[in-house]
Amino acid sequence: MSKKTYRQAINEALRQEMERDERVIIMGEDIAGGLGSPGEQDAWGGPLGVTKGLMPKFGRDRVLDTPITESGFIGAAVGAAATGLRPVAELMFVDFFGVCFDQIFNQAAKFKYMFGGKAVTPVVIRTMYGAGFRAASQHSQCLYPVFTHIPGLKVALPSNPYEAKGLLIQSIRDDDPVIFFEHKAMYDLEGEVPDEPYAIPFGEANVTREGDDATIIAFGRMVNFANDVADKLSKQGISCTVVDPRTTSPLDTETILETAAETGRVVVVDEAHPRCNMATDVAALIAQDAFDKLKAPIKMVTAPHCPVPFSPALEDLYIPGPDKIEAAVRAVVGKAH
Amino acid sequence: MQLSRDDLLQAYRRMRLIREFEDAVHDEFSAGNIPGFVHLYAGEEASAVGFCMHLDERDAIASTHRGHGHCIAKGCDERAMMFEIFGKKDGLCGGKGGSMHIADLSKGMMGANGIVGGGPPLICGAALSAKTLKTGGVAIAFVGDGGSNQGTTFESYNLAKVWNLPAIFVIEDNGYAETTSSSWSVAGSQVDRGKGFGMPAVQVDGSDFFAVWEVAREAIERARGGGGPSLVHVKCMRYYGHFEGDAATYKAPDEVARYKATKDPLMLFRQRVTEAGLLDGQALDAIDREAKARIEQCVAEAKAAPLPTEKDLLTDVYTSPY
Ligand SMILES: Cc1ncc(C[n+]2csc(CCOP(=O)(O)OP(=O)(O)O)c2C)c(N)n1
Ligand SMILES: [Mg+2]
Repeated sequence: MSKKTYRQAINEALRQEMERDERVIIMGEDIAGGLGSPGEQDAWGGPLGVTKGLMPKFGRDRVLDTPITESGFIGAAVGAAATGLRPVAELMFVDFFGVCFDQIFNQAAKFKYMFGGKAVTPVVIRTMYGAGFRAASQHSQCLYPVFTHIPGLKVALPSNPYEAKGLLIQSIRDDDPVIFFEHKAMYDLEGEVPDEPYAIPFGEANVTREGDDATIIAFGRMVNFANDVADKLSKQGISCTVVDPRTTSPLDTETILETAAETGRVVVVDEAHPRCNMATDVAALIAQDAFDKLKAPIKMVTAPHCPVPFSPALEDLYIPGPDKIEAAVRAVVGKAH
Repeated sequence: MQLSRDDLLQAYRRMRLIREFEDAVHDEFSAGNIPGFVHLYAGEEASAVGFCMHLDERDAIASTHRGHGHCIAKGCDERAMMFEIFGKKDGLCGGKGGSMHIADLSKGMMGANGIVGGGPPLICGAALSAKTLKTGGVAIAFVGDGGSNQGTTFESYNLAKVWNLPAIFVIEDNGYAETTSSSWSVAGSQVDRGKGFGMPAVQVDGSDFFAVWEVAREAIERARGGGGPSLVHVKCMRYYGHFEGDAATYKAPDEVARYKATKDPLMLFRQRVTEAGLLDGQALDAIDREAKARIEQCVAEAKAAPLPTEKDLLTDVYTSPY
């Protein structure tokens, strides 16, 4: 066990899985860098340095820099997965899924079912998501609800370095296509991460705080905000349960329903746009299956229904931050008093 | 050569303004005053200006993530651009777009683009509008060497050709897509690719404004005359990193310095026009001073300008009330 960043945890998971299994290859744009160039090789290791060091260790046959041609190389990763390799492809920003989605949702996601169970497509697509980088409308979206919507895809949203390593190893070992979402504002986040490989099973939520007054169900980066809010409020006599579902598909509905029923007061926190997102999904689930246990209406804390703005002044308003979560918790708790 | 004295002054002014703009943005970014992803066009000025000198309000261009130069060349207001990059309310896009989405449709500038390969299909649409509405307009997509490999780019070549659109694809090959050399990433040649789709295609030295201007004239006249699309492969050099903050260690150590010393497009322009006696050094010096002062003023005003506020967050998502 030692302290590692989210970035290091992901890098370590890739390295250990590549060491374990020769069939694991990684590909993406500038995931090493310098290909064909006269200067430094492995110059970037991805735009935020997440895959740095892997090319020198495993060589360019297993760490493939690609031209800018997502439809081509994401599709190639899918095809390679269906024919014996276990590729981990990097879609640099999830916002770029627009130029390659067919290969993901019509091809990878459906092979198993359409082919009568005969196909296995163990592909992982690692991708960066989320606001907070002043990266504007086409480099800041969440979009995991779009992928969660598609039967056949699994979707992981690691909320800290420990989760990142364990969920990525599970993603690589999993025989289904997995979309692995990395929040760009978390790469420098530190946490305790075991040195040895370990896999966190999909569909098993992590209860990060236990309390009696309210249940906060949060996704990805929002789990950290929810934890902070819970810690702050616990000092003021409001105790919260915080649930990190870890994967949106499969979704641990059991833990969500149990913890919602325990407190009867629920806040769902989702950085995605408010229509058809994880917050509405979870709220509907609870309303359907635990309505009789609710003591207050469910509150959803989400981004607003607009593209992510560039100006820091607007982006800060856009992000569902700790203040909004705290206000929502106070509101659901306040209803009872 | 049919460039008048005024044209020459205008060309130099635009190129110098782009250079000053980018140098200033670089300094301000380095000082921590500009947020986000910023990609600078310094070194490539002759391409944007060589093409846009032939364009007017009927014509449209689509740019890339490296869009400031195309904006200025197409006549966007540099002051509002600077405000935009600083995220200010009176920016060209109200502070909502930033460097990567800077645009002014009223000037026929269809936007910088955060999606590599986003522009070529859009200019097929602009060319279709021009053709259908019989405006006489043409449309140009500026595309990087990296963007030239995107499927959307190839689809656009084909569409432009089969629809015989007044479209021009300008491949600005600065040698790299992020860290990756175009000598590796591009299979075949840009010119052969264009010819493969039945388009006239030529390569041109992007350090030479006059050479760019000449091939641009041919391609644009052809398109305006109903002769269909063409492709131009512009060889050029970006002076700064891929984005601000990139140390560009993948380049040869002296690559940029050598180019600046021997092939800088502004330097070559100056040499050419002064040696030919077309313009005197003093006129050019005056433009240099004006451009510098103008950009300094833009930066100072941008810094002092107000930010957007909460009531701006949800405006302009839709055209009709929502
Ligand atoms: C669809 C898509 N893929 C990848 C990226 C990330 N990206 C931004 S710029 C860039 C390199 C572009 O290279 P090139 O087209 O040569 O333009 P240059 O930066 O050299 O001007 C990449 C890979 C993106 N913005 N959009
Ligand atoms: Mg390039």
